[in-house]
Amino acid sequence: MSKENGKHLPESETKLTLGLPGETRGPTTEVGGKSGTKRGFSETIDLNVESSSEKQHSKNSDHDDGFVIDHEASASRPPPPKAQVVGWPPVRASRKNVMKSCKFIKVGLDGAPYLRKVDLEMYNSYHQLLTALQDMFSSCLTIRNFLNERKFMDPVNGIEYLPTYEDKDGDWMLVGDVPWKMFVESCKRLRLMKSSEAIGLR
Amino acid sequence: MLRMASSFPEEVLEHVFSFIQSDTDRNAISMVCKSWYEIERWCRRRIFIGNCYAVSPRMVTGRFPEVRSIELKGKPHFADFNLVPDGWGGYVYPWISAMAKGYPWLEEIRLKRMVVTDESLELIAKSFKNFKVLVLSSCEGFSTDGLAAIAANCRNLRELDLRECDVDDLSGHWLSHFPDTYTSLVSLNISCLGSEVSISTLERLVGRCPNLRSLRLNRAVPIERLANLLRQAPQLAELGTGAYSAELRPDIFSNLAGALSGCKELKSLSGFWEAVPTYLPAVYSLCPGLTSLNLSYAAIQSPDLIKLLSQCPSLQRLWVLDYIEDVGLEALAASCTDLRELRVFPSDPFGAEPNVSLTELGLISVSAGCPKLHSVLYFCRQMSNAALTTIARNRPNFTCFRLCIIEPRTPDYLTLEPLDVGFGAIVEHCKDLRRLSVSGLLTDRAFEYIGTHAKKLEMLSLAFAGDSDLGLHHVLSGCENLKKLEIRDCPFGDKALLANAAKLETMRSLWMSSCMVSYGACKLLGRKMPRLNVEVIDERGPPDSRAESCPVEKLYIYRSISGPRFDMPDFVWTMDEDSALRLS
Repeated sequence: MSKENGKHLPESETKLTLGLPGETRGPTTEVGGKSGTKRGFSETIDLNVESSSEKQHSKNSDHDDGFVIDHEASASRPPPPKAQVVGWPPVRASRKNVMKSCKFIKVGLDGAPYLRKVDLEMYNSYHQLLTALQDMFSSCLTIRNFLNERKFMDPVNGIEYLPTYEDKDGDWMLVGDVPWKMFVESCKRLRLMKSSEAIGLR
Repeated sequence: MLRMASSFPEEVLEHVFSFIQSDTDRNAISMVCKSWYEIERWCRRRIFIGNCYAVSPRMVTGRFPEVRSIELKGKPHFADFNLVPDGWGGYVYPWISAMAKGYPWLEEIRLKRMVVTDESLELIAKSFKNFKVLVLSSCEGFSTDGLAAIAANCRNLRELDLRECDVDDLSGHWLSHFPDTYTSLVSLNISCLGSEVSISTLERLVGRCPNLRSLRLNRAVPIERLANLLRQAPQLAELGTGAYSAELRPDIFSNLAGALSGCKELKSLSGFWEAVPTYLPAVYSLCPGLTSLNLSYAAIQSPDLIKLLSQCPSLQRLWVLDYIEDVGLEALAASCTDLRELRVFPSDPFGAEPNVSLTELGLISVSAGCPKLHSVLYFCRQMSNAALTTIARNRPNFTCFRLCIIEPRTPDYLTLEPLDVGFGAIVEHCKDLRRLSVSGLLTDRAFEYIGTHAKKLEMLSLAFAGDSDLGLHHVLSGCENLKKLEIRDCPFGDKALLANAAKLETMRSLWMSSCMVSYGACKLLGRKMPRLNVEVIDERGPPDSRAESCPVEKLYIYRSISGPRFDMPDFVWTMDEDSALRLS
């Protein structure tokens, strides 16, 4: 980095005396969290040009090894889990959802007149998905979910339904056999199939 | 001088002035003498107001009686990232109301980050008989009912462009409100709408508008219906697809490919939600002529991106996700040597670990291979001073350089030093730089470089940077052309702000949030500078309830000739002298 001759301002003339006592450099949350520091208001009016204080110097110096106060900046340690800072990184809301991409797929219940749609990305487990399906179809049929088996039953007529899905290759599979994430990846549509028809499904 | 001015009849001067469209030049003309001021104000047709609170509607309609086109901006830019609480302001209704009376012949309204109600839209629809253009960017507050009013009443509408608006989407039915006799559509952008519109209505609309050049659909339009739409509008220059995925079916594919190849003027593509690689080749016939491509909603991986981009030698603008990776950017640099603008968005902005192999190398490649590249937005996870210096030397023609290193305060990954020197190289080499966003670990030295070199800089965005007020002082005292400064989470306090108070009147606005500016300093600034509106945004309650030295949460300062505003919500306080009593 070249310095323009004569234009580089000597440090001593531009130092503002503002080494704030007790200033920390931890990550901040929304509120300016430095409210512990009290400064007399009158100090802020005039520019006091003084010789650089040691504190100021060490903050700005490039050759101070200890200048990295934040643990986050150290490359040797793994990043700690972070509390999400509001509005950072600066990505608009419409873009955030790209990756939490909606994975809308159609869900059919044998015998029900119309299809529904679910967004698989909204669930983290089979249990959550099946509970949601149960709620979804409770209005047109009464379905009960047996907790330990991945089955639905309509208590009115005793018909059992098995949740099945069509995968990327076009095969119909039983829901629940593969890890959840893999299922979300490959599921193209869901069908609550009558158990009697589900013979032979792997 | 006066004698010369009066020897020209007004009509001649007016005719001469009509060739001068730039606002700066028009403003200069109006300052020459009183008669020029008068002539100019009567013939100004287009107004740009970068901050809707800088001037009042009545002042505008009073001075410029014959305006046909107005552009207004409302909320601060950081509103895009949820830093401006709801209800802050930016209401367009008072403007529409004033213009309904003052400008019956108004043709164009362009709004950005404003609150637009259905009432406003209805007022527009019935007040301006020759209304032609409505562009709403990042606006909110209206529903599809308001759109129905526009569709039903604006017989001469050419453009309806909704860019990333937050619309209360009641249904897609509004589209049917365009009457059958309506044929003047040139540009339609509904990409931000969620609900389904009737495709057959859309087909009929498109089919009867022979001048349609730009059509951006929403996600709900399925790919299978695209071909038919395109066959109704082979003259399209810009297309935004809907969801770009389906099971691979040869008939759908060939139908789409055929329809696309029939659009001989198509130069710009966007949309591509949920895009699957299998349907990408349908656009290949368009690639040689493509100048603009927005794939930033498409989770397409680099091999498929490379296949596509290597066929686009005329590409000037590319928006893409970081799935492109360094290898894809290298291919881009080799194939698309006419590239002017590049934006690389993060696919996983909140992940702690990188999910793609996109580093500083990608940016170096394009800076080396694309001589016309002047505008960059780049999200990545590592950077070095050496890379930034190389980039700066490669590409001194940058006018807009926005780098976002995802983790705040990340140092040079090779040396662990701050990135001061790297950004210093950017501002030193890129003498025409107008817009800059910095990130990573930065000390006050970075701002010294910026203040020293970035003389043409108009907009600067800072986050998690700097050590002290000296940093802010460098920027405010050095950047002569600075118009907008937005700062978050930087240790800047009262001193630099107060020492550079006069500078603030030469700027459009200053935003500071999570910094260290005290309430007392805000009050002082408000009192000292009557032509600045100093607004404190604080959701903790009245600033008076805390010590004067207590830092405010957020601060928005802007110059204004219409005094403090009166539409503030209860978490915004003006530091205007006369309003001091209102604070308690």
